[in-house]
Amino acid sequence: MNLSAPANSRTPDTLNSHDLNEASDPMTDSVSSDVAPSASAEVAIDPNAPVDLPNRIDVSDLHIYYGAFKAVEGVSMTINPQSITALIGPSGCGKSTFLRSLNRMHEVISGAYVEGKVEINGQNLYGPGIDPVAVRRKIGMVFQRPNPFPTMSIADNVLAGKKLNSKRIPKRDAEDLVEKSLRGANLWNEVKDRLDKPGSSLSGGQQQRLCIARAIAVSPDVLLMDEPCSALDPISTLAIEELMLDLKSDYNIVIVTHNMQQAARVSDRTGFFNIEGTGKPGKLIEMDATEKIFSNPAEQATVDYVTGRFG
Amino acid sequence: MSLTESQTPESGPVDDLVMRDSMKSGSLAGRPMLMIFGGAVVLGALSWLPFGSVNWARWVMVTLVSYLVLTLVISRVVETPRQATDRFATAVMNTAFLLVLLPLVSVLWTVIERGSNRFDWAFYSQSMRGVIGAGGGGYHAIVGTLIVTVLTAVIAVPFGLFTAIYLVEYAQGGRFSKMVTGLVDVMTGIPSIVAGLFAYALFVLLDGPGHRSGIAGAVALTLLMTPVVVRTSEEMLRLVPNELREASYALGVPRWKTIVKVVLPTAIAGILTGIVLAIARVIGETAPLLVTVGITTDVNKNPFSGRMATLPVFSYNSYKFPTLPPDASIDRAWAAALTLVLIVVILFTIARILSSILKPKGLR
Amino acid sequence: MTTLESAPQQQDDSSFGEPVGKVGDKVFHGLSFGAAALILVVLAAVALFLFAEGLPAFTGDTSELDGDGSFLSYVGPLIFGTIYIACIALLLATPVAIAVALYISHYAPRKLAQTLGYFIDLLAAIPSVVYGLWGISVLAPIMSRSVFPWLRDNLGFIPIFGSDVAIAASGRSTFTVGVVLAVMVLPIITAISREVFLQTPRLHEEASLALGSTRWEMIRQAVLPYGRSGVISGAMLGLGRALGETMAVAIILSPAKGYFWDVLTTQNSNSIAANIALQFPESSGLEVNRLIATGLVLFLITFGVNSIARRVANTGFSGADG
Repeated sequence: MNLSAPANSRTPDTLNSHDLNEASDPMTDSVSSDVAPSASAEVAIDPNAPVDLPNRIDVSDLHIYYGAFKAVEGVSMTINPQSITALIGPSGCGKSTFLRSLNRMHEVISGAYVEGKVEINGQNLYGPGIDPVAVRRKIGMVFQRPNPFPTMSIADNVLAGKKLNSKRIPKRDAEDLVEKSLRGANLWNEVKDRLDKPGSSLSGGQQQRLCIARAIAVSPDVLLMDEPCSALDPISTLAIEELMLDLKSDYNIVIVTHNMQQAARVSDRTGFFNIEGTGKPGKLIEMDATEKIFSNPAEQATVDYVTGRFG
Repeated sequence: MSLTESQTPESGPVDDLVMRDSMKSGSLAGRPMLMIFGGAVVLGALSWLPFGSVNWARWVMVTLVSYLVLTLVISRVVETPRQATDRFATAVMNTAFLLVLLPLVSVLWTVIERGSNRFDWAFYSQSMRGVIGAGGGGYHAIVGTLIVTVLTAVIAVPFGLFTAIYLVEYAQGGRFSKMVTGLVDVMTGIPSIVAGLFAYALFVLLDGPGHRSGIAGAVALTLLMTPVVVRTSEEMLRLVPNELREASYALGVPRWKTIVKVVLPTAIAGILTGIVLAIARVIGETAPLLVTVGITTDVNKNPFSGRMATLPVFSYNSYKFPTLPPDASIDRAWAAALTLVLIVVILFTIARILSSILKPKGLR
Repeated sequence: MTTLESAPQQQDDSSFGEPVGKVGDKVFHGLSFGAAALILVVLAAVALFLFAEGLPAFTGDTSELDGDGSFLSYVGPLIFGTIYIACIALLLATPVAIAVALYISHYAPRKLAQTLGYFIDLLAAIPSVVYGLWGISVLAPIMSRSVFPWLRDNLGFIPIFGSDVAIAASGRSTFTVGVVLAVMVLPIITAISREVFLQTPRLHEEASLALGSTRWEMIRQAVLPYGRSGVISGAMLGLGRALGETMAVAIILSPAKGYFWDVLTTQNSNSIAANIALQFPESSGLEVNRLIATGLVLFLITFGVNSIARRVANTGFSGADG
């Protein structure tokens, strides 16, 4: 999955669009020709300052449990809209669990619950009278392994969110939505001639982009991505990363990734989760501008992790 | 490199020989084994030839036994003891397989041969009303079997399917679901005659002694069919990857819609196949129908009142209590048996086609 | 189902409070929970009704029944016959079933193996009345002509083949029924054994083969230990099936009252299930209650056997640790 050379072999501030191009050139010419500039090179304003735009997420003192087991302890953070926030950390540190608590997918597992607040536009997702199903319509999610519905065609997969909620949509609108969503997911040109084929006939990378199209078709405000590239080859990974950079102007994107280069390439801010030992809860160690995390982090554990000393 | 080179001249040829010899597959592989089996068949034939008339039983038995003995002895002489044991084991497997084929082929052959005597239009269009002696048919029994089976499926399929949905989608491994799983196992083991007695006892309480009706039979068969439906549906629902459920939840789809529109369509091939096979299992049940539905000579299309004829009971009754002349009655019994076997084979074929058509293509 | 949907959801951006599909979820959950709970009720009803309808056989006026009226002396020979016949069937079927399962899982070519698996499943679904007709019209004559005399002459020193009673000329004896039942339960045992044999971890098999084992040695070292508990529970399930088998026994066996060990004669202990099938249509009054009581006994026997089978299956694949 290593797209470029290991992170610790270079100084983080050299990670820019040039590097990305150079690293991917030998593998693909067509895909990388229009690579968007890397996030870190583009950020002008201070990314740590809370932005006062709609759909900002404020997490305060969140504790996440599986039954008696405490998986994540005391997380507070602000996730700014129109940006990409990456969550990194070793396996089992709770970063995926945390991500799933942002759209109440966590509680799908029996016995799982949270304490604390997750506010979006000032409304607590865990407040009384909040329907988790309605929450998930506003906060979409893309999973680790591409999971198109095997019984549906490509077009039906895109429309799944609408159709499963039994909204009758006129044929014309449906066609428009399919095209718009697939274009949004950079998949339209590849599948426009075979929209009625099963979604599973696509390659892994195309399936993942189909899942992204499916997620954005219900027009959510936030897009959560749980290691969306970990099951994909480098070329497909690159395509997804480009897509994320395209999408961030419209969505608040949060991505969990195992791949530190990926976090460095695409994200504006990075949060580092760590765990003291097995059976202990995961904690947010540090959160800052991506550039800062990879060049000059405040915590020693972060230094150790991003330089590859563990994890 | 140099090490091997320096060793080769001294030990090479000898080692090579030993190697080559020990790595040869046994000298009996392939054709010689076929010849041994051929010899066994001849030996078997010799066991009855002197007596003139073909004795199939003796032929088969002598053939199989001499195949085993010849394999063991010849391999022991020609090959190593270990190879001999291996060859003998293979011979035992082959023998067992042939031995099993015998009764099974015989059953199918007998049903087709004897059943074909009355495999005619009259059998499928006439009842036994007013028939004495030859003639008549099993039309009333076919109608009865269809009615009882459809009733059974109408009760058992939703019952079993919803139970399976509860166990897979809602129950979270608590004590109640463990208990239900255990009781489904108990239900699987209920002898069919006991299911019949239960249905009888139930309707006696409702209607008084001597009750017989199609619905009582359907209740008995439901008891036998439901656990099968639960088991296969449960298995199929568990095969649906959890990721699909999560994908649906993440789109803001409520749980029940996720089940109806994502989980069930994904599992439908396996579930339908299981249901068809379950129907095939209960359609030939005789004992529970014997005590609940009874038998009659006329068509009765009302499952809520009075005795009905069903194919398995009709077959049993015609054989066990033949009317004069007995041959006509026994022919009808075989024709009913053949019809049952045909229905089972057709249902199996349907199940096979269903599972290949409906299977979602990309499911891992 | 569509009528159960909640009112159209508002697309109000500021609110997550709008319940989505709540009614549908409640109804669906209720239906599935109800079905599961009904299983409990039904089984309780089975036990209760059999008990209620069987009880008069003990409490009623037993003088109207034949014999001494004692239930124990009535059901005793039937219990014996049930278990005896089922055990014969199991003894005959199990070794062959294991060999056939091994043949399908480890010897037959892949294509053939699939077809065989399908064939075996089909055979398990052939109605028992068909096996019964075949048993009495094809197998019984062969038995009485070739097999019974041979057994009596050569193995007569074993008590179950040698007694003073003449062999059944019709072939309608315990041994014939045992063979037919063996043919009937064989697909069940084979299907379950084949499944566990196929689940043997490839690593175990390859570890054995890499040590230079022959195929048979590999099976003995890796496959059989792994599949042992699966085979046992398959055999127990087969036993449960044989205990409850009705029609084949009712059609073929020529029953008598009492305990009979010799399996070749016209005097055979009947099984509970077959006795019910034979007596029920002509019974009335207390006789029916007594038959239902024997049905309850059969239920308890099969319940016990199935419980043991499940316990064996749940102890897991004992050879498979690590």
